[in-house]
Amino acid sequence: MDRKDNFINIKHLYNRAGFGISYPELQQFSKKRLSKVTDALLNPEKPITDLNTVNKDEFIAQQALLASLGAKKEQTPQEKQQREDITKARNEKSRDLNIDWLQQMIATENPLREKMTLFWHGHFACRANHPYYAQELNNIQRKNALGGFKTLLLEVSKSPAMLDYLNNQQNRKGRPNENFARELMELFTLGRGNYTETDIKEAARSFTGWAYNKNGEFEFNQKVHDEKEKTFFGQTGLFDGEAIIDLILAKPETATFICRKLYIFFVNDTPDESHVKGLAAYFYEQKYDISAVMNKLFTADWFYAKENTANKIKSPVELLVNMSRKFYVIYNKPQILIQLQTSLGQYLFNPPNVAGWPGGRNWIDSSSLMLRMKIPSLVLNDGILDFNGKADPEDEAVIALNRKPRPRPVKSYINAKANWDRFLADLPKDMKQAELASFLLQPALDTRISDLVNHNVNLKNTAIAVTSMPEYQLC
Amino acid sequence: MKRRDFLRNAAFAAAGTVFVPAFMKPFEALALDELSLYKNLVVVQLSGGNDGLNTVVPFGNDIYYQMRKNIAIKADDVIKLDDMQGLNPNLNCLRELYDQGWMSIINDVGYPNPDRSHFRSMDIWQTASDANQYLSTGWIGRYLDSNCAACNSPYTAIEVDDSLSLAMKGSSKKGIALKDPAALFRNTNESFFREMINGNKEHLDEDNLGYLYKTMIETSSSANYIQNTSKIYQPNYTYPTTAFSNQLKTVSKFICSGLKTRVYYVSLSGFDTHVNQNAQQGRLLQQYAEGMNAFVKDLHQNNKLEDTLVITFSEFGRRVAQNASNGTDHGTANNMFLFGGKLKKQGIYNAAPNLGDLENGDLKYQVDFREVYGTILDKWLDVNNGQVLNKRFNTLDFI
Repeated sequence: MDRKDNFINIKHLYNRAGFGISYPELQQFSKKRLSKVTDALLNPEKPITDLNTVNKDEFIAQQALLASLGAKKEQTPQEKQQREDITKARNEKSRDLNIDWLQQMIATENPLREKMTLFWHGHFACRANHPYYAQELNNIQRKNALGGFKTLLLEVSKSPAMLDYLNNQQNRKGRPNENFARELMELFTLGRGNYTETDIKEAARSFTGWAYNKNGEFEFNQKVHDEKEKTFFGQTGLFDGEAIIDLILAKPETATFICRKLYIFFVNDTPDESHVKGLAAYFYEQKYDISAVMNKLFTADWFYAKENTANKIKSPVELLVNMSRKFYVIYNKPQILIQLQTSLGQYLFNPPNVAGWPGGRNWIDSSSLMLRMKIPSLVLNDGILDFNGKADPEDEAVIALNRKPRPRPVKSYINAKANWDRFLADLPKDMKQAELASFLLQPALDTRISDLVNHNVNLKNTAIAVTSMPEYQLC
Repeated sequence: MKRRDFLRNAAFAAAGTVFVPAFMKPFEALALDELSLYKNLVVVQLSGGNDGLNTVVPFGNDIYYQMRKNIAIKADDVIKLDDMQGLNPNLNCLRELYDQGWMSIINDVGYPNPDRSHFRSMDIWQTASDANQYLSTGWIGRYLDSNCAACNSPYTAIEVDDSLSLAMKGSSKKGIALKDPAALFRNTNESFFREMINGNKEHLDEDNLGYLYKTMIETSSSANYIQNTSKIYQPNYTYPTTAFSNQLKTVSKFICSGLKTRVYYVSLSGFDTHVNQNAQQGRLLQQYAEGMNAFVKDLHQNNKLEDTLVITFSEFGRRVAQNASNGTDHGTANNMFLFGGKLKKQGIYNAAPNLGDLENGDLKYQVDFREVYGTILDKWLDVNNGQVLNKRFNTLDFI
């Protein structure tokens, strides 16, 4: 493989496995063998950084206070105020958590781990009822992002966020709640068609007693666990939750389901079933080692084939993170990042439902595309955003409490600064506009784009023009 | 109508039916064009879960007063519609529409195994899915996908907002979101945007880049069409100055200027009234009623009310009993409002909620919301509802 091919391949790898690559890194890595670069991505020397926005002790103290206030029949005005303050603080923490993660993705030296966390965030999609739970689930997804799938699945299943979201907290002996058992098989492991309604019922009975306590920790509640025999996938035994998970993982269909989703996320919206099959066989053989299957994916020839490059529509988060990383953007008013996420249709920690964001062409409609093309000139040129996302339905109670009819703010200053000096210093002194365009874009340049950028007075203008193009929506 | 357009429409109307030479039946051709192809649906979404029982008040039922000691609307204050039900006094502006026969109320609309999460239930209403099914396309989006004769452009469905709701997204076609046609027109006529789409035919492949360019080109032509068609029309009706009324005023401008759009979508937020409900809900209901009053009368004055059907829904109703904070918590079935000049059954469509027969303190639904959608798809939007709703639903008799 010659140098130029390697340059293109590494750019592709970093777009998919991370959030893009800087020019100096690209220069440096394209001298190395692709397998070495992949190794470094999979095994970076940097430690894993947990999100730590919500403090556990504060969370426990707050919950205790809420419980004592809730127990009273009549509340004094001060106590009512206390409750309102707690709700307000919790909503603020939710926003902080969102921004902290986005900023972590922008700054990370561990791009594959954050990208995988984003993948699992969509796969194990959850709307947690407390930012502390949301944070802990996110940390579980990050810690196990490249580890064993079984550990990841177990820890997710035992997280208060998921136990609450899928109603396992209410799943008791004699009164089973099937929500978790159904989604576990339909969306997290096997996919539709690989289990029966009886399997769901029997699995639900096995997960009775999986619950969490007031400190936000998993607790097995023996008293409500159904200890009788269950028949699952035709086998009969005294199954508990973990036994059910083992039986699900014993089915190769689970490996296929996960690998198809990985393929759609990292390779192509339309999966090539022969490639998926190869990945799945390997994943199963490697006992669901995520790192191993990702290594296989990133080193496969087909990963670098023409039909699998420059053809994926960036998710809103990928678009924002890639651009912010590339131009070293500082957000002086980071709340704008939330407005941008809601306007573009991907509000982290708030997936549309347990099936996650549908992705691909679903990101694009006339208004979202117009906004996507406008964002670079707004962020990089410090413009004004005159666009509102929809209120999240969960925020309706807050809207209802506004006593005066108050239209949502129409215009917001982006108040962000791109570090142009640093960006331009990264580039070769004699770089031509067209060269910069082909560095920033994944699709190959056509004459129309070359002609367009050749008229730019300087590289900064080229960068803004190119990132505003529909081609920049692809990675 | 220009002669050439007229001939084309006449020929089009004849195709697929018993063949009649176009020139023999010009008036029927025109009638189909006017009456069938340009009937409008306006969807009004009340977000947050509007409390239906304090909207259409069952003042004739003692259970209502027992379960809502602090927040029940007094019988004397209710605008009575029959012996059992009446409107919240803040809906006073609807009375006139009701008396004209332009309004009907369907009680207890819902779905099996109701979900009490705002997000999930809104998802279910917008995608028309079952409670345990996840769809990534909306019901109006799938109507666009169905490729019916009159729904093949992005301006077939317009949402008056900055961003597009899931309801409006199909798998191959999507509606268009815009707050201000002039602003969209300016944006799509910026020189950079024009340069990007001019002479770029080679990109119109089936791949994702082709899809992006196709979306841009469609946005641009829709923006031109909407702006050029609607700017000629001068609104002559005075609306209240709320944001909600502004949305309706924009819709009216589009309808009255003869835009070939079939579905419009607007929304009003803030109905999640867990605390001190009456003041908050009252304020919102008043905004809603004043806006609807202006909108319906405006359409009537412009002879468009017969071609328009307005539906109002919320993702769920609220529990029958009030909570300890003089509010209500998330419930299930709810009423829907219909407005139009061609309602078949005016007034109250079906029996009032049975407060004596609840399920865990919640109303049982009488009508599946997909029967309402199905009726509209079949009888108003001229497409077989099974094609859009993934299975066939019974139709009702309101239009």
